[in-house]
Amino acid sequence: MADRRLIALGCLLAAAAALFLFWGLRGPTAYILELRLVKLAALLAVGASAGVATVLFQTISQNRILTPSIMGFDALFLLLQTGLVAGLGAAGASRISGLPGFALETAVMLGAALVLFTSLLGRTRHDIQLMVLAGVVLGVMFRTLTVFLQRLMEPSEFTMVEARMFAQFSGIDRSALMAGLGLMALAGLWLVRNHQVLDVAALGRTPARSLGVAYDGLQLRVLCLIAALVSVATALVGPLAFLGLLVTSLAHSLMQSHRHALLLPAAALIGALILVSGQTVFERLLHLQSTLAVVIEFCGGLLFLVLLVKGKIR
Amino acid sequence: MIQVSNLSFGPAANPILQGIDAEIPAGRVTALIGPNGAGKSTLLKLIARQLTASSGRIRMDGMDLAQTVPAQLACKMAVVAQHLSVASRVRVRDLIGFGRWPHSAGRLGVADHAAIANAVELFDLGDLQTRFLDELSGGQRQRAFIAMAYVQDTDWLLLDEPLNNLDLHHARNLMAQLRHLTELQGRGIVIVVHDLNYAISWSDHVVALRDGKVAFQGPVAAAATAERLSALYQTPVAITRLGGQPFAQYHR
Repeated sequence: MADRRLIALGCLLAAAAALFLFWGLRGPTAYILELRLVKLAALLAVGASAGVATVLFQTISQNRILTPSIMGFDALFLLLQTGLVAGLGAAGASRISGLPGFALETAVMLGAALVLFTSLLGRTRHDIQLMVLAGVVLGVMFRTLTVFLQRLMEPSEFTMVEARMFAQFSGIDRSALMAGLGLMALAGLWLVRNHQVLDVAALGRTPARSLGVAYDGLQLRVLCLIAALVSVATALVGPLAFLGLLVTSLAHSLMQSHRHALLLPAAALIGALILVSGQTVFERLLHLQSTLAVVIEFCGGLLFLVLLVKGKIR
Repeated sequence: MIQVSNLSFGPAANPILQGIDAEIPAGRVTALIGPNGAGKSTLLKLIARQLTASSGRIRMDGMDLAQTVPAQLACKMAVVAQHLSVASRVRVRDLIGFGRWPHSAGRLGVADHAAIANAVELFDLGDLQTRFLDELSGGQRQRAFIAMAYVQDTDWLLLDEPLNNLDLHHARNLMAQLRHLTELQGRGIVIVVHDLNYAISWSDHVVALRDGKVAFQGPVAAAATAERLSALYQTPVAITRLGGQPFAQYHR
């Protein structure tokens, strides 16, 4: 039994996707349609993975305002990308772009996130505030290291990296998209089987443990999942700091539920809907190319401030 | 029976608990009493496995707690913590439903729903069951968590200062229900209580702690004497009888 609100969201998303594909279709239709399909798939993948990753992160941090971006996950990914280009040179990096590049980046990201955040968890195990503080500090460090590396680069390498520093929705790498979709399917499979234990985990470590949930192991697996999903979103379009926050706030106020069976699909659908409809409006109606990211960041940032002022941070 | 043997917790130079040996009988209400900072809540958390002891062991009905997996333990004992806050937006009835998790793993059957409905009635939550937890007062939230522990349907029930936020009516009702659970269902209950009168008039057994050590323990009638309680709290306590129940007079 699907929830009415989820069906409505699904219909809206389908309408937005149809509009995106067929509005103003002129000239070599097959070719344009193919381009648009690739872009649509990327928008769906990014919106869904950003939404799901943020809901998961808020569940394991028992906090409604933290997002993986605030904790430095996507800064870590950018640092890895920059480090790769700096290490291999522009020629070497372009040779491993596409599928192997994406696989390598994601694998390194998973490893780095696990090492970092488990050692962090080991030290600050029961103290989410300390963990968050450390995460914020790490995020700043990753960003500064990235900028530092870019200062040392040759101009040709720098132009390669620079394009990835800001979110953009054009020039989607198709093989990375396929790999990302595959990874998301795996993540989805795990979530379908385990969404109920996440409901219990959201109660907090102590109550969840006294209900017999092996909380620390679960937290580790969820962190892996988040790292993978953030890799997908960041690799495809670049960092979107506040999209996740925007999506989860909307999902929470729409669903009014603690159940991940409702929250996760809602967040995925809302994330995809925001990106697809936003991109349709900007590209077709306003004929602008790269301002959607700016608008999303503006709205999300505003929401962040509103939540901050209203004292919703716990 | 819960057997605590030679249990210590905290840094060696300044331990919170030191060489605790205690026996908590099954199927009885046991009160952990003592002044502030005596280590009552710490002992309860160690039994509940929320903390790990620096040395010593705890056995519950013969099982070594350090070697029991969490899922198995969740069918054996339920815990109500002292500070209860939940970030996720959960309704009272759903929260109580989580108590069935160790048995149903998320798929609530007819028996589970019956247990939940029973707990809603028992803990006077009928009007609140569709409300969100973050809209409730501290006492109401506490009752919801106690109801959740109740439906977990375990041999042991551990409560850390359950009377803290409750008014007279609900405090008395809660103690009466706990008594009911031991007498009718034979559950073992361990509570940390500050109010001496609740402790001595409702429980069967006391374990008194002072400065991280056991001051005295035993059945209430024999162990909780005026001299011992006076020494425990460093305050004159007189025990009289009122309506057939022991009554501690210490407030003036």
